[in-house]
Amino acid sequence: MNSTATGEIVQFDNVGLRYGSDREVLSDVSFTLYPGTFYFLTGASGAGKTSLLKLLYLAQRPSRGMIRMFGTDAITLPRERLPGFRRRLGVVFQDFRLVPHLSAFDNVALPLRVAGVSDRELLRPVADMLEWVGLADRMHAQPAQLSGGEQQRVAIARAVIGRPELLVADEPTGNVDPDMAIKLLRLFEALNRLGTTVVVATHDVHLLRKVPDSLIMRLDKGRLSDPTGALRYPPRPHAVARAGED
Amino acid sequence: MALQLPAGVHEAIAQSWRSVSGTGQSELIPQARLSGPMPWVIAIMVALTVIAAAAGLSFSNTARNAADELAGGVTVQIVHANPVERDRQAVAAVGRLRKIPGVVDANMVSQAEVERLIEPWLGTRAAGDEAIPVPALVDARLRDPLTPETLGALRRAVREVAPDGRVDGQSSWLKPVFSAIQSLQWLSLALVGLLAFATSAAVLLAVRSALGSNRDTIEIVHLLGGTDAQIARIFQRSVGFDAAGGAAVGLALGLVVVLFLGRQFAELGAGLVSSGGLGWADWVLLALVPVGFVLLAMLTARITVLAALKRML
Repeated sequence: MNSTATGEIVQFDNVGLRYGSDREVLSDVSFTLYPGTFYFLTGASGAGKTSLLKLLYLAQRPSRGMIRMFGTDAITLPRERLPGFRRRLGVVFQDFRLVPHLSAFDNVALPLRVAGVSDRELLRPVADMLEWVGLADRMHAQPAQLSGGEQQRVAIARAVIGRPELLVADEPTGNVDPDMAIKLLRLFEALNRLGTTVVVATHDVHLLRKVPDSLIMRLDKGRLSDPTGALRYPPRPHAVARAGED
Repeated sequence: MALQLPAGVHEAIAQSWRSVSGTGQSELIPQARLSGPMPWVIAIMVALTVIAAAAGLSFSNTARNAADELAGGVTVQIVHANPVERDRQAVAAVGRLRKIPGVVDANMVSQAEVERLIEPWLGTRAAGDEAIPVPALVDARLRDPLTPETLGALRRAVREVAPDGRVDGQSSWLKPVFSAIQSLQWLSLALVGLLAFATSAAVLLAVRSALGSNRDTIEIVHLLGGTDAQIARIFQRSVGFDAAGGAAVGLALGLVVVLFLGRQFAELGAGLVSSGGLGWADWVLLALVPVGFVLLAMLTARITVLAALKRML
């Protein structure tokens, strides 16, 4: 459903990114993401995880290199076609980026409204999603009335409500207690089993072991560590370095 | 009885309305953060435009009515010191004019009427004073508008029977007045244009300011797959509501002023001034001014937002 002829959903080839005239924050990044695969993106603070994710969710164009998404060159993609691609993505931002004057319900409903779903049709899925993340009783609260953890759960609910083909999450469990972190990971796994490709950026090494079938992408000072070339040229999906094996 | 529509039609209509108006998405941008003083600015602009447009239409009506009235009018003045000879020539001129094909009617203006006309300048006694020769006047109406050829032919015909007769087209007397009225018409049009431009500028500034203060929300909507057109519709709708409220107030204010001025001018009772009254088509045109301003404001908002969004990824 979401793969190209060769199976990849995202392909980065020698991608570099610099802001202004500063040095590159990402250099020679090459990898391939396959449909239905769970990836962790790790690295120290400042390694370039958020910058890489920005490229993935089309908030930034690279300074050089080639990016293909859903079988299309994402660098030369005209602006008018970006919304269509973005609707195939789900994004959990590190700073949540909830709309401050909207309720939790309306924040979660936003991707569906943008996609043209009527208010009547979105009522049930949004309510179910909020219940799933444990916020059914807080659906009318605005972000300022929610704790950091609750805001994060709203952000996650908003990212997954549209059943995206590619879910990109930047430190999605950073502000929640361990139990909720596990619960959210299970949600990501469930989506993954339904075919969504998941990329979770985290520096929590314990989290990596919670998803045994996941693949790990490690960034170090803007360079993707790929000693075996498995991320760039995977022998076949699900056969590269497994979490917990390294 | 409620109109029964086939299943799905309601939803289709609602969907179409949402896509045009932005309903359902508008709450993304809080209305209060967009409005500010804009409705009041639009109210003032619409009120001024209604007044300027009413003035322009009134001038136009004045000019048209006067031109229609004077287009086929000819006046013969007979200036002679001897009142008997003056009257003889006048009677002869009337008789001659009535025989000319194309002249619908020709009449002498009565002495009383002539005295009434010159009274404001020469006073009551002077008008009756034979020391000041008052010309005899003949008023003739032509079937068709006066042309230089017709005027020449009339002059020749009158001169045969009234050597002291001077024939003038009535419209030529009022040429400077028509010219002034035309200038005022252009001035009104220019004012309407300037007010529309100023309104666009006010909307542009308000929308830019709103775009700046809602930048984060717009970025999020973009990243969630929102299109430029969807975001533009949100602003368009908010601006439309603001503009509609302001325009309604402005129309009411403008009409009060126009009606008040209309009454004042009507009381003057001067023919030229009172001929500038507004017809029903003029009132309809004035009622369309706020509609035009609402559309202009929405269009400005749309263009401004789309232009600004193009600079974002």
